[in-house]
Parts: sequence; C-alpha cells; structure tokens
Amino acid sequence: MSFLADNFDLLRDAFLTTLSLAVVSGIVALVLGTVLAAMRVSPIPALRALATFYVETFRNTPLTVVFFFLAFGIVYIDLQFPTRFLTAVAALSLYTAAFVCEAVRSGINAVPSGQAEAARALGLDFRQSLSTVVLPQAFRTVVPPLGNVWIALAKNTSIAAGFAVTDLTAVLQRLANANADQLAMVFAAVVLAYLVITLTSAWLIGILERRLAITR
Amino acid sequence: MTGPRVLFDLPGPRARRRQRIGSALGVLLVLLLVGLALWRLGANGQLEGERWAILFDPATNVPQRLLEALVNTLQVAAVGMVAATVLGALLAVGRLSEHAWLRVPVVAVVEFFRAVPLLVLILFCFLFLPQVGLSLSAFGALALGLTLYNMAVLAEIIRAGILSVDRGQSESAYALGMRKWQVMSFVLVPQAVRRMLPVLVAQLVVLLKDSSLGFIVGYMELLRTSRSLVETLNFSFGPRYTFQLYVAAGLIYILVNVLLSQLAKYIEKRTSQNAKTAGTTKVELPADSAAVTGVTLDAPQRP
Repeated sequence: MSFLADNFDLLRDAFLTTLSLAVVSGIVALVLGTVLAAMRVSPIPALRALATFYVETFRNTPLTVVFFFLAFGIVYIDLQFPTRFLTAVAALSLYTAAFVCEAVRSGINAVPSGQAEAARALGLDFRQSLSTVVLPQAFRTVVPPLGNVWIALAKNTSIAAGFAVTDLTAVLQRLANANADQLAMVFAAVVLAYLVITLTSAWLIGILERRLAITR
Repeated sequence: MTGPRVLFDLPGPRARRRQRIGSALGVLLVLLLVGLALWRLGANGQLEGERWAILFDPATNVPQRLLEALVNTLQVAAVGMVAATVLGALLAVGRLSEHAWLRVPVVAVVEFFRAVPLLVLILFCFLFLPQVGLSLSAFGALALGLTLYNMAVLAEIIRAGILSVDRGQSESAYALGMRKWQVMSFVLVPQAVRRMLPVLVAQLVVLLKDSSLGFIVGYMELLRTSRSLVETLNFSFGPRYTFQLYVAAGLIYILVNVLLSQLAKYIEKRTSQNAKTAGTTKVELPADSAAVTGVTLDAPQRP
C-alpha cells in the first residue's frame, strides 16, 4: 500500500488532468456539435452540405489519426498549438462534435412536427423556432445518447497519453515501467480512477434523464 | 418530424438570391482557407510531385508496406469483430437469464468493460498478462483488448435488440412447446440480430477505427507502419516524406471506414424493407405512425 501513498500526488494530478481534459473538450464539443446540428437542418444548402461533410469525415477517422494531424501535421501549414493539453482538447472536441451533432439531430427529428408547425404558425422564423421551441425539447430527449457520447469522450481522453499529455493512462505507463513488481496495483489504481469518472457520470445521467424526461 | 422542411418555409425568389450570394461567399471563404493551407504547404515544399510519387513507387517498398499494414489492420479488426460478436451475443443472453447466479456476474462483466478505456484494456493485455504467465504478442494484446471492450458494447446492443422483439413472438414460441434455449436461439436472437444489424455494423466500424490504438503498443498497423517508414526514410533522406506518409495513412483509414459505413447504410435500407423484421417494434424511434405500421405488418407473414 505504501506504493500508492508514494505516488498519490502523481495519480491525483493525472486524475485532474484527465477530468479537465474531458470537461473542457466536452463543453467545446457540445457547443460545436449543436451548431453543426443546426446547420444540418438549416434552410441554406451550402451550410447543410458543409456540416454533413464535417460529420462524415470525423466519424470515419480514427481519433488517433486526428491527434496525429493536430500534433504533427499542422506544423506543415505553419500552425502549432501552444501546449500539448490544447492539442488534445482540440482533437477530442473536433472528433466528439461530430457525434454530438448526430445525437442532437436525432433529437430534433424526435420532436413532433406539430411543435415546429405551431412555432411557424405563430410567426417565428427559423432561428427563433429552432432555439426557443425545437432545441429545448430536443435536448431533453437526447440526454441518454449525449450521456453515452460524454462517457465515450471521458474514455477517449486516454489516447492523449500517446501524445505527451500526462493523464491517467500516461501515468499508468510510467508507473508500470518503474514498478514492474506492483503492476496489478498500478492497474487497479488507474482503472479505479477511470471508473470513478465513468460510473459517476452514468449515475448522474440516469438521474438527469428521469428529471428531464418528457411524457408524451 | 419529416426532414428539415418543417422548420422553415420554402424560400421565395429574394431569399433564394440572398442564399445563393451567401453560399457563394461561404464557398469562397472555404476555398480561400484551403488555398491558404495549400500555399503554406507549397511554400514549405510539401507539394512537390516527387515527394508524393514515393507513395506509388514500388521500388521504394512504400506501397507494399502500406498494403501490408492495411492487411494487418483488417486482420486484427476481423479477429476482434468475430470474437466480440460471438461473446457479446452470449453475454446478452446471459444478462437476460432468469437465474441470478448467471445474471449478476454477467452484468458486472459488461458494466466493467464498458466503463474502462479501451487503451487501458489493451495495455493491461500487453503489460500485465505476460507477468502472470500469459504471453501475448502485440497482435494478441490488441485483439484481446478490442474483443473484451467491444463484446461488452455489443452485448448491450444485442440485448436491446432481443428486448425489442415483440412479446407475442416468444409467447407463441412457448405455446408451441419450445424450451427456453430454443425460444432464445431460434426465435428471439435471429430477429434481434436482424433488427440490430445497422447499429451492430456501426459498432464494428468503431472497432476498426480503434484498431489504430495498436500504434501505442507497437503493432504494425497503418499508423505505426507509416511512423516506421518515416523513421527509415528520414534516416536516408532527412524529414522529406513525413507529411505525405501520414496523409496516406489517414486517407486509407477514411476510405475503408467510409466503405464500411456505406455498407451499414445499405444493410439498414435492406432490413427496413424486409418483412421478416416486422415482428419487432422500433426501439429508438419515437412513437409516430411509422412505428405503428411496423407492428401491424405482422399480419401478412402468417401462413
């Protein structure tokens, strides 16, 4: 057990890195994904095409490849992120936004068409009916799929370890190399830390789902 | 809601003109950004034909290595797909069991493997299992990690599918005198798999994408291979071909995955027309008229 006490600071910092990576990317992805979903149902064909292209590209690219390009590729167009952490946030949120967009769009499609028709009959334009009538209802129905996207994001942060961010998985690799005799303990500690994030999220999402569910 | 049309009126002539101008400006902006990126690439000499020719020149051994890497990627994904689907189906059935001694451990296994990052599972197979005497190659570790993770995800998908099969199906099977395992394997699972096929294939696309994590444990899949090609070529020529090789690996991934996704869409279209799935109710869709007609289609199926 002394081993855990020795490395407690390291593990705590790594846990906080993983958590902040997930939270920051989650917020950025949520905003970007909602904008993309609005673009996909918008009246302007060019916006629809652009959003569709974005979603199809990122959904079919491995996250590792996205990381690769943001870490090593954009140097060739004379761009660079100031820190490794920001590179990871950018990769995770660009990738996750595509999945958020699909979830929100399915929510928009699940809102009964009478709602949008009534909004338009009241004279609301596209922007107003989407932001005040359709999206608020859509978000309430997509809590479970969005929750799944969030949990997937929290797990995907582990890939940042391959790109020099000291998150839980990076610490796992480092400790595993340094303490080959206590490997089981290292894995148990790191897995426990991930379970704290994912299982707590799953529990909170369940509560949120019951609170917000619409009975039609 | 049927398509985007409900959200806005069809644009009139003036709105259409405004949209056309806006679209043209937008396209111009995107082209400008792409042009800017290309210009910077060109200024750094990345667009020289000779640098790209290496990807197609068999004398450099690059195309062969990339093809080999693609085969490696597909191999590990295929092993993972088959194993994960079989184990996932077993776990799904186990989770629906009436016996608590079977159900409780299965629930624990499924929830555990769904909650742990795939990369940690792969590292576990790669670093920890050899210590307890189970030596695995990079291929074995990657395949086992992919299997463990995806079997849990697929178990949940298949379970949802089994639950979505109309109750009358299992009731009539029991009425015919079938045993529990017969009802499950001859009546429920075939219909569930059919119903869940699009979601299943979508998850298999995810599995294929995740095989790129082999990069981190040193399995020679596409990304790792391009990395090692870059290193060998850098040794002889300096950092000339780095960008090109990574772009090639990325494009191959996108191409393969788009093909698989198209296959998923095709299957979805076919199964939605297939009368044999009519005994199932729609699970994800809201209660609209389409779901109701889906159930009543049951009638013509009877002999």
